[in-house]
Amino acid sequence: MSSLANPNVSRKRRKIDPDSQTRIPAETGLTRWRTQAEQLIYSSKLVDALRSPDSDSVTGRAVRDAADRVLAVSARGKTRWSRAILTNRLSLRLAHINRKHKKAPKPTARSMKPAPQKKLPPVQKKVKVLSRLVPGCRKVSLPNLLEETTDYIAALEMQVRAMTFLTGLLNGGGSAAPAFGQSDQNVSSS
Amino acid sequence: MSSRRQQSRQSGASRITDDQIADLVSKLQQLIPEIRSRRSNKSSASKVLQETCNYIRNLHQEVDDLSHRLSGLLQSTDADSAQATIIRSLLM
Repeated sequence: MSSLANPNVSRKRRKIDPDSQTRIPAETGLTRWRTQAEQLIYSSKLVDALRSPDSDSVTGRAVRDAADRVLAVSARGKTRWSRAILTNRLSLRLAHINRKHKKAPKPTARSMKPAPQKKLPPVQKKVKVLSRLVPGCRKVSLPNLLEETTDYIAALEMQVRAMTFLTGLLNGGGSAAPAFGQSDQNVSSS
Repeated sequence: MSSRRQQSRQSGASRITDDQIADLVSKLQQLIPEIRSRRSNKSSASKVLQETCNYIRNLHQEVDDLSHRLSGLLQSTDADSAQATIIRSLLM
């Protein structure tokens, strides 16, 4: 019975364009960010990333960068925001190298050019602001932007929970049983 | 939703109908804790978008604060025991 318009089927019939490749399976994606396991894995990877011996790596900025990077990697390449975080780091490093050797001012972010101001209805204005807050989503269509936003928010919430947990761990010693909020499964009562 | 079939992705938001915006914004609404706690019928698209932006900014700020705190803690304490505790929790 093909008379029903199944959204999934109609999606596959479309031509592949850059936007459609960011299709996120909404429910599995969001649930994943809320599991205790994901949070623990993230915490562990973050601690690992911050363990390098140079004193440089323990600035607040360095921690933030590592936290974002590990978060982006956890997304496993499925979302635009996560890919953007990882490629931004690359282009920043290249710009830094270029500046050192060539001293040529290179605008790395194409989106830094001020766009001509059109009169936008308030909703569109807010959409623009939102697109600037979610990495890599300035030119994305609205439905994709909202999908990216939902995943990004879920990921950020996990990031906050995990880093709060880590802070508690490093503050109060390791013997306390970790208490997570919002864990859907595998609640181990120790 | 049959309107999705005709959706063109090549331009920006200008070709999206208001219905689509409303539909997607209502989904976004589910995620924002502030809006969830109020009556969800009341929120307009503009309000939801505003709250979303505020919420993301707040989360960014929290992450910055936590990063700052962690950077101080990591200088003085032992990361290995923290790592051990985490792995123990994972295995239990």
